[in-house]
Amino acid sequence: MPILVPDINLRIIAPALIVTVTAIVVLLGELVTPAERKRWLGYLSIAGLVVAAFAAFSLWGANASGFSGMVVADNFGLFLTLTIALSAALSILLSIPFIHAHEIDQGEYYVLLLASVAGMIVMATATDLIVIFLGLELLSLPLYILAAFQREDTRSLEAGIKYFLLGAFSSAFFLYGIALVFGATGTTNLAKIAASLAQSAGSPMLSIGVGLLMVGFAFKVALVPFHWWTPDVYDGAPTTVTAFMSVAVKAAAFGAFFRTFQFALPALALDWRAVAAVLAVLTMTLGNVAALLQSNVKRMLAYSSIAHAGYILIALVAMSANGLSSALFYLLAYTVTNLGAFGAVIALSDGARERLEIKDFAGAAREHPLVALALTICLLSLAGFPPFAGFVGKFLIFGAAVETGWAWLAVIGVLNSLVSVYFYLRPVVQMYMSEPAEGWSGIRVAPLVALALLIAVISVIALGVFPAPAIALAAGGLIR
Amino acid sequence: MINYLWLVPALPLAGAAINAIFSRKMPRWLVSVLGVGSVGLSFLVALAEFFTVLGAGAQGVFNVSIYSWIPVGNFKIDVAFLLDPLSALMLLGVTGVGFLIHVYSTGYMAEDESYGRFFTYLNLFVFSMLILVLGSNYLLMYVGWALVGLCSYLLISFWFTRPAAAAAGKKAFITTRIGDFGFGLGVILIFVTFGSLNFADVFARAPQMFQLGAPIITTITLLLFAGAVGKSAQLPLYVWLPDAMEGPTPVSALIHAATMVTAGVYMVARSHVLFSLAPFSSEVVAVIGAVTALFAATIALTQMDLKRVLAYSTISQLGYMFLGVGVAAYGAGIFHLMTHAFFKALLFLAAGSVMHAMNGVIDMRQLGGLRSKMRWTYITFFAAALAISGFPLFSGFFSKDEILAQAFESGHIILWAIGLLTAGLTAFYIFRAFFLTFHTQARWTEDEGRKTESRHSPSSVVGHPSFHPHESPASMTVPLAILAVLAVVAGFVGMPSVMGPNFLEGFFAPVFGEAAAAIPAGTEWMLIGASVAVGLIGIGVAYWFYIASPEIPVNLAAQFKGIYTLLWNKYYVDEFYSAVFVEPGRRLAMFLWQVIDVQVIDGFANGLGRAMASFSGALRGWQTGYARAYALLMLVGTVIVIGWLMLR
Amino acid sequence: MIPLQFYLIVAAILFCLGLFGALARRNAVAILMGIELMLNAVNINLVAFWRYVKPAAPTMDLAGQIFALFVVTLAAAEAAIGLALIIAIYRSRDTVNVEDVDLMKW
Repeated sequence: MPILVPDINLRIIAPALIVTVTAIVVLLGELVTPAERKRWLGYLSIAGLVVAAFAAFSLWGANASGFSGMVVADNFGLFLTLTIALSAALSILLSIPFIHAHEIDQGEYYVLLLASVAGMIVMATATDLIVIFLGLELLSLPLYILAAFQREDTRSLEAGIKYFLLGAFSSAFFLYGIALVFGATGTTNLAKIAASLAQSAGSPMLSIGVGLLMVGFAFKVALVPFHWWTPDVYDGAPTTVTAFMSVAVKAAAFGAFFRTFQFALPALALDWRAVAAVLAVLTMTLGNVAALLQSNVKRMLAYSSIAHAGYILIALVAMSANGLSSALFYLLAYTVTNLGAFGAVIALSDGARERLEIKDFAGAAREHPLVALALTICLLSLAGFPPFAGFVGKFLIFGAAVETGWAWLAVIGVLNSLVSVYFYLRPVVQMYMSEPAEGWSGIRVAPLVALALLIAVISVIALGVFPAPAIALAAGGLIR
Repeated sequence: MINYLWLVPALPLAGAAINAIFSRKMPRWLVSVLGVGSVGLSFLVALAEFFTVLGAGAQGVFNVSIYSWIPVGNFKIDVAFLLDPLSALMLLGVTGVGFLIHVYSTGYMAEDESYGRFFTYLNLFVFSMLILVLGSNYLLMYVGWALVGLCSYLLISFWFTRPAAAAAGKKAFITTRIGDFGFGLGVILIFVTFGSLNFADVFARAPQMFQLGAPIITTITLLLFAGAVGKSAQLPLYVWLPDAMEGPTPVSALIHAATMVTAGVYMVARSHVLFSLAPFSSEVVAVIGAVTALFAATIALTQMDLKRVLAYSTISQLGYMFLGVGVAAYGAGIFHLMTHAFFKALLFLAAGSVMHAMNGVIDMRQLGGLRSKMRWTYITFFAAALAISGFPLFSGFFSKDEILAQAFESGHIILWAIGLLTAGLTAFYIFRAFFLTFHTQARWTEDEGRKTESRHSPSSVVGHPSFHPHESPASMTVPLAILAVLAVVAGFVGMPSVMGPNFLEGFFAPVFGEAAAAIPAGTEWMLIGASVAVGLIGIGVAYWFYIASPEIPVNLAAQFKGIYTLLWNKYYVDEFYSAVFVEPGRRLAMFLWQVIDVQVIDGFANGLGRAMASFSGALRGWQTGYARAYALLMLVGTVIVIGWLMLR
Repeated sequence: MIPLQFYLIVAAILFCLGLFGALARRNAVAILMGIELMLNAVNINLVAFWRYVKPAAPTMDLAGQIFALFVVTLAAAEAAIGLALIIAIYRSRDTVNVEDVDLMKW
């Protein structure tokens, strides 16, 4: 029985490979690193991510497909790879002082984070449902552990178990969907699925399969009504892990979501676009409205991340080249903005004692004017306020929707971003317009946190004021 | 000079950035130099640009692209500035009046602990307003539009320790956001319709693509106007502006009188090509403008807080401007915008000077007799009051007259009559404020021993306050004097045809086209006569009520002990006395203010907030915290998604 | 030969049983078992489809079988992590009942 041996082209998966190797090196390094030098493992991880990013850069424009068409190094995947690497690097910068302060600075933290990054890169560059599933699980399993990494904290454990149970539950649905699509088309390869569907009509089995695929992706990117885990998990997980999850998972999962639906299932677009449009409306609206009453910043940002998934979904509904590039730009903008916001929250914490209630921020502007300014800029950007990155991102997405005749969806998006201003401004009002709360004196912002915050804020401003290069890069990121 | 246009907004931005980061570590004089100097330099550049446009005559329209901002496929949006007579004049107004108010602020805010923060916000505001005015596409205009709203919010709640200020800021933000939503939808619809957001493209394509009165243009213009209604405080979204007086007075003068609130008028004038194609929308603009003008003027009649009188007056005058642009008299609307910027800024700054002297008291029941104490403030306030009343040859006379004449000439007789009536009310309420503040008996005691410290947050002094009022420092009186000169003479650039050449009309020709045929001389004189007459009547009635007749009670009061108590009572008698004559109007005004203003519209805004909160609360109920409940809800969602996909 | 539908029906029943288990049980371990059952149901599907959908292809294309192996591996990894988490939560709370794990809500 002849077995087809896939063409092994390691260069195509170089970024994921480099991250994996780094993870292994860090894992081994952990054994020989004394407790007070653990931060070097963090620096090593960042170095690995930088090398991986360079590898992704060197592949730019290569458009090479490998492993029997299972993965591809196209600009779309590479753009997402860069976004994921950036988010991981910034998260690690935030993490090094954070996990030290919380006395959980073990090398495993970085190993798990890097393993998750490898899974994300695989997912973003996969062109086969099997590999997408592999990437999905590879990114999820380490995150379940990371969410529960503060073992002494029952909230963190609760986040871990909830995320795990619901994640495994949704994986089963996703897998069932893949199996049904496989049954209906006889293949798991995205390009072949598209070719097969172009010839044959749909079947009930296919519809169920597509629906289950959508549910699987919707769970990962937190679309309403598959978002229930998000607030609880984001709330309980260590803040740095929340920061990382909220941006990087979205980038990877949306990458695969776009690839699967826009390029493997265009034949069924009439059906799923309507569903996606409704999900987008629900997600934006419920995310923003639920955020209005939150008193905890992490929970508020969790609902905010749900709402942002809704905005990005609009780009999928648009199903155009501009929609795709706008989603890429938005993911990048959201990554730096949200990490900036979380970075500022971490910067304002007092060692192991975090300030997570909005009222704790009272008077922060007087004690830490620059951190307060950075948080204000990031929150305004999240609200889509000009001239920051979030504004340009929203403009691109709404523009793509309008172009393709989904103006009503853009209108709901605009309305939502107007509503969102209220809750994003609440911490700002607390920081600038309240008398300082107790205990601000003597808090120093860790240099690494300051560095991450600086990078994030400069990116937020640059992507808002001079977005042209990033837009060009994203526009070059069309799938083949 | 065109190559240096970017400096006009860049300088205030640099000032804001430096002050934002370093002001805590810098001495005050350096903060002042940066804050005032950046706007001053910006004004000088703007002046040079203005003369460039002036020199270019009919070719005076320049499109300056700074860089490519958002390029998507074949659709490009640049950071590009449009310099034409309209924006050049606005530039001068924003930077010029802005500069004077910055100078004034160095005196007014001298003792405030958040001095650096104040100048940061103020510079940021000037920058934002310049972006709004200069932007050559709707997106850039929206950027400026949103940013001025943010600055306004920050500055209204500048004294955030007072709950009223924080609440007022919030109210302003929420209310204007409703308008902004309309504006945003308008921009989207423009994009859908014309495939571009550049003014040049849109205005070139609109007349080719659409007939007069095309529904799509009407919709676009109505949506844009919704934004203007919010930003420029017109009915029914005006409620935030009176409350905005909680901010420092220079802010009221700059943002809530001279510049930001006029953005709506500017936007309508800028989009005049679209509004000309939509007669219905123009009619709506004119009617809302006229009704707002009258409505706000009646409320101003009964207010006792000097700044609130001025705030309602601003709403009323903005109504005039909308009346102007609504009857297609775009030049006249912008003309009034300009003269109003001078005299209303002046009125506010003079009121601020009074507050400065009176320890933050702004209630006219506790003022009076300040004429001799504050010479400069008195004279400049008087000049501004004459200007806003439309006293012949003062600036307001020319601009208001032109709007009314154009309204009359275009056949809007009823709107003209409303405008005329409003002119009379305006003269009355502004002179009422003038007399009560500077004339009449002082309703406070001279306190020689204590030098009054300059606090500005309205302090609610109960009973009979004692002060040592003093004229404000030169940093405050010099801007007053300059604005007073402008408020007096600025009108001569746009004289009616029977009196001389109308320079402004020719200047605006590259933007608004050649002026309409001149109004017949007889009609023109008749209209001028009517305007002057109602203005004089208004002033006369105010004089009668507050100066002439109070003599009797004052004489009586002199015979009694506790003269101030009696004065206080006399004041109420006087109020009652005047109320007998204007009882119907007063009733109406109170009704409008208390029922419609306070209950209906505020109630709506609050109700909306409550509804959102309860919706949000209901959503939280689903977030039970039980993983199994989440799994079940996800299953339900899955079944619905699959069911939908299968049933299609 | 047994028709494909039979396999699919068995798989669907198995999936629903697992689903019921995951939803109805309070014990975290039992929920995990339910999820494992769902994954195995999918495996039946994968192998059945591989065998039936393209009868000529199986010799060339092992996708269905390979995928099933992946899923088995994954299920093992998932069980390892799940049980570790359950033990951790048992240590801290003395319970494996997921109804008791509700510190965070709203």
